[in-house]
Amino acid sequence: VCSCSLSCFCLYFPRYASLYFCCAIEDQDNELLTLEVVHRYVELLDRYFGNVCELDIIFNFEKAYFILDEFIIGGEVQDTSKRSAVKAIEDSDMLQETVEEYMNKPAF
Amino acid sequence: MPAPIRLRELIRTIRTARTQAEEREMIQKECAAIRSSFREEDNTYRCRNVAKLLYMHMLGYPAHFGQLECLKLIASQKFTDKRIGYLGAMLLLDERQDVHLLMTNCIKNDLNHSTQYVQGLALCTLGCMGSSEMCRDLAGEVEKLLKTSNSYLRKKAALCAVHVIRKVPELMEMFLPATKNLLNEKNHGVLHTSVVLLTEMCERSPDMLAHFRKVSLVPQLVRILKNLIMSGYSPEHDVSGISDPFLQVRILRLLRILGRNDDDSSEAMNDILAQVATNTETSKNVGNAILYETVLTIMDIKSESGLRVLAINILGRFLLNNDKNIRYVALTSLLKTVQTDHNAVQRHRSTIVDCLKDLDVSIKRRAMELSFALVNGNNVRGMMKELLYFLDSCEPEFKADCASGIFLAAEKYAPSKRWHIDTIMRVLTTAGSYVRDDAVPNLIQLITNSVEMHAYTVQRLYKAILGDYSQQPLVQVASWCIGEYGDLLVSGQCEEEEPIQVYRLLATVSSGVCDSGDVLLFVFLSFHFPCSRIKKVVSIYGSSIDVELQQRAVEYNALFKKYDHMRPALLERMPVMEKVTTNGPTEIVQTNGETETAVLETKPPHSGLQPGSQANDLLDLLGGNDITPVIPTAPTSKPASAGGELLDLLGDLNLTGSPVSAPAPQISQPPFLPDILKSATFLLSTGIPSITAYNKNGLKIDFSFERSNTNPSVTVITIQASNSTELDMTDFVFQAAVPKTFQLQLLSPSSSVIPAFNSGTITQVIKVLNPQKQQLRMRIKLTYNHKGSAMQDLAEVNNFPPQSWQ
Repeated sequence: VCSCSLSCFCLYFPRYASLYFCCAIEDQDNELLTLEVVHRYVELLDRYFGNVCELDIIFNFEKAYFILDEFIIGGEVQDTSKRSAVKAIEDSDMLQETVEEYMNKPAF
Repeated sequence: MPAPIRLRELIRTIRTARTQAEEREMIQKECAAIRSSFREEDNTYRCRNVAKLLYMHMLGYPAHFGQLECLKLIASQKFTDKRIGYLGAMLLLDERQDVHLLMTNCIKNDLNHSTQYVQGLALCTLGCMGSSEMCRDLAGEVEKLLKTSNSYLRKKAALCAVHVIRKVPELMEMFLPATKNLLNEKNHGVLHTSVVLLTEMCERSPDMLAHFRKVSLVPQLVRILKNLIMSGYSPEHDVSGISDPFLQVRILRLLRILGRNDDDSSEAMNDILAQVATNTETSKNVGNAILYETVLTIMDIKSESGLRVLAINILGRFLLNNDKNIRYVALTSLLKTVQTDHNAVQRHRSTIVDCLKDLDVSIKRRAMELSFALVNGNNVRGMMKELLYFLDSCEPEFKADCASGIFLAAEKYAPSKRWHIDTIMRVLTTAGSYVRDDAVPNLIQLITNSVEMHAYTVQRLYKAILGDYSQQPLVQVASWCIGEYGDLLVSGQCEEEEPIQVYRLLATVSSGVCDSGDVLLFVFLSFHFPCSRIKKVVSIYGSSIDVELQQRAVEYNALFKKYDHMRPALLERMPVMEKVTTNGPTEIVQTNGETETAVLETKPPHSGLQPGSQANDLLDLLGGNDITPVIPTAPTSKPASAGGELLDLLGDLNLTGSPVSAPAPQISQPPFLPDILKSATFLLSTGIPSITAYNKNGLKIDFSFERSNTNPSVTVITIQASNSTELDMTDFVFQAAVPKTFQLQLLSPSSSVIPAFNSGTITQVIKVLNPQKQQLRMRIKLTYNHKGSAMQDLAEVNNFPPQSWQ
């Protein structure tokens, strides 16, 4: 992990194999816990995609965002349970209209 | 029109691009297609197009034309549309675009949607990018959801409320009632977000803080924390064997805010803090994260000293950890606490000093700052050794700060003057080019103050620049010292150096790093050893290309040739400088214009005197474009004290235009002296004829004149007294008085013995201020011993040539 300081934010760059994460935090935030937050996010991705790899994230970037939005809102962690975030995404996926509902045309 | 290509298709295509230009081309083509699709108001594929647009936005390409489309998606009934629409809103819109306000109504509707996931989307979007207007409009809805029993929505509503409070602090009151039951939840998500909400409220409002202290929030939090630690393994929230560290850390942070400056609250949390500090597993990062938060809390609240020591010891252990993140975090925290818990941090000094040798740059910097904070009278020698070694080996970006820090610490805690000078010299030799500009005058001032160290200092400096003269500050200091104390270097107190060797060194130095300071040296050396070679070198510089060098060289040449008799007076030692504070701009004491009574009188610094140029100013003082004589202290003739006798002298002097019983004659007053001297500049004599003022009994006194070009009221008279008898005249004292309209200053004579047979003279300088340009008249009184008897004579001098006073 390397870090650099800007005026009010600190940037932390944890590295997971070929993936680089960049995280901006404030003065009063716990730097060591930030590393745990990033680690938890990777775990969530792993749980959803099953052995997540780089390509999963590239071709499903919108899903990566959705998972992030279930984990963090406005910069704060909203749920500390490993299960609930992934369950919410899976349930939401179910709600997405099926192919037929799009008049025989695929969603996206 | 064919169907727009699918998202994944686009991604695949873009990834095949081999160059930046190729990628740009693909993207432009697709953007064009998307734009025309938007124009056709195609509902079916809007979602797909916006998704592709978001991907291209992620790559860095402009996507603003999709903003309105996101709004249309949000308004759609389909969940897929809403999902992408809200994501697009969060990525593409912010409060700077007026368009975003159009979202407000949609969000309001979605907050009341029947499907919780739609509500969740709306809450998320509001909580991430809601502007203050949006927050004001929708705060009520958020507050409603904060009270729902659905924990999925409750936790999101809590974080949304946090965002609302950040944007519109006045709305904080509104959420207060809802917070009553928040901590009774079992759901960790709700607990966590509730703690965040409470933290935000307490941080922003002292009233809220007081309120929460009163409603016994602290015991509640302590209970929750205890349950977390004690409870068994919970797979859902576990991280490496620790139960929900995120929640633990947030609770600790809230406790910190509640306990700050409050004895009761601090008391209530002492036990749990001690428990967490001692029982947490430290093998993984997560345990250390909790310990770190605990330490921060302990240091911030009013904890008992045992607990504080425990906290600092934890930080000390962190310093030994292999993980450099943890070391970094420990150093940062120690830096914050070193002022308040100095002794406890001192115990870990050796570990901190070891961190100076770390590979990581940020850690080195923190360690350096902390080391300076820890230097005190007891450990200064050891610490300095380490810090000097660090200065040697550290990266250039640190050297300036390190050097300054060493100077400061050395000044405060130096055990002896010799050590102090050694330390500064070591810094100049290792990192000379990085020291700040004010280091040189400070060092010089320090050296002049330590009189007994002069010989030692000048020797060391000489040896230093013998080896290496690339460091400018070192050369400056060395030049100054060798110039001032060159006699100590060469005669007696030094082992083997000869003037010629010194001269040779300076010639090499000046050929490499020539500034006028080096030329000065020759002058000073020549004072001690008038040497034709030195004079030759100086005259070489008389035709140098550098204008300043040329000017100085010519002036010094003139000094050698015509004013050799002035040299002793000119080249007296600099007086000891006033001690100055290191942090402020240094005040250089002006040496011209000193009165006899107060040598150390400090003049206010010139306005516009910058610290950076003071080194040069110092050298200027020494050479000076105007050569102003330094008045040595306690001269033998003091006009001020001769008042009584002068009264007699002037008793019957015929004063034109004023009554005979005139009040006391004008005696030179100290305050006026500076003016005379400041304005006096020597010019080559413009040909004013000299006179013989007195010639009796073998004693002849000649006057020669000079006028100042900057101040026409000043006349400078140089007297020369010679003795044509066959015996010496001893204890010779010359006194003079002038009429009231004049002012007079007498400098000290070159000696008090006039040798016989005209074999030598006494010279003395008189300065007369004649603002009204009246005819110059003077009464003189001479006393001396001759042939065993005391002689005394009075005379009037009336034959002043008109050019000397007109």
